[in-house]
Amino acid sequence: MSKKEKILLKASIVFAAVFAIVPAANAMHIMEGYLPAKYCVAWGVVCLPFLIAGFISLKNKVKENRRNLTLIAMSGAFIFVISSLKIPSVTGSCSHMTGTGLGAILFGPASVSVLGVIVLLFQALLLAHGGLTTLGANTFSMAIAGPVVSFGIYKLCQKINVNRRVGIFLAAFLGDLFTYCVTSIQLAFAYPSEAGGVGASAVKFLGVFAPTQIPLAVIEGILTVVIVIGLETYAKPELRSIGFFKNKKGETQDE
Amino acid sequence: MSKNKKTVILLLIAAVLIAVVPLFVLKEAEFGGSDDAGSVMVEEIHGEYEPWFTPVLETALDRELPGEIESLIFCIQTGIGVGIIAFIMGRFVERKKWTDSLGDNAFEVLREKQKS
Repeated sequence: MSKKEKILLKASIVFAAVFAIVPAANAMHIMEGYLPAKYCVAWGVVCLPFLIAGFISLKNKVKENRRNLTLIAMSGAFIFVISSLKIPSVTGSCSHMTGTGLGAILFGPASVSVLGVIVLLFQALLLAHGGLTTLGANTFSMAIAGPVVSFGIYKLCQKINVNRRVGIFLAAFLGDLFTYCVTSIQLAFAYPSEAGGVGASAVKFLGVFAPTQIPLAVIEGILTVVIVIGLETYAKPELRSIGFFKNKKGETQDE
Repeated sequence: MSKNKKTVILLLIAAVLIAVVPLFVLKEAEFGGSDDAGSVMVEEIHGEYEPWFTPVLETALDRELPGEIESLIFCIQTGIGVGIIAFIMGRFVERKKWTDSLGDNAFEVLREKQKS
């Protein structure tokens, strides 16, 4: 990180901390115009440090080795595909997945926030899906909170020696679910119910999103594992270059 | 067939089943978006709610995005993603064939070749 970048990062963190005191409200793909303005601003500001950190980390990864670009493009494309597919679920409504797990596992949560924002912007501008005013809140849930959980779960699974594929599945699965939990909480903050306040409201929103999302999160977990198997087979040099394999042993185990 | 291939095929079948089964089991369901279900819930909690901002594209068009066009744009999104993944994966697969045929120190061999 250069000095300028460091200053920028620090400034944005301070900025975010100051603004985060303004009641922080949370929600995935909240519809355009459905969050009061102050929440829109607050979420946007909270996302800033992550985005800047992500931008810097992506830049460094490319500088380190230009070949890393291919996997970054791959993770971004994966989010593009996965989040464009609306899939029917057991509750009788459709929802879509986030696809951010793969990037989080390969590059860490900060980098994914940038990739996620690209997709959210695409959908907000062209599809009226999500929205510009709710971009901050949606970025936080889909491109920050979810990937952070995915990354944490993946690292935890590595530490306690869970089979790597199981770890990847759990990471993507829980990251996807958590995205929708955060969305529910974001909506609940903005719309506390009269009886019971934010808590009761969060339960109601969770009731809408969670049952729909569970089967989809399973699919997301499966697809992430499939693509990682593909990469493990065909893109060993790239994975090695981003430090995906911890040691030689891990590499040969899967062959 | 290698173990990996079997795993991948089984996983893909599982994923497709999870997605398709609800469609056949729930014959009555409408399969609307859960984002819309969210806005219904907002109205339930908050009473009548008028979104204070309309999507930019809808403002520009002065009406809602037609359903067919929406699915077109969703397809473009999928297409962009699949295109990138397929392109890169294709290169990887071909490369593996090449490097495998050159043996264990394939990359060194190639580098030597480039030098000469």
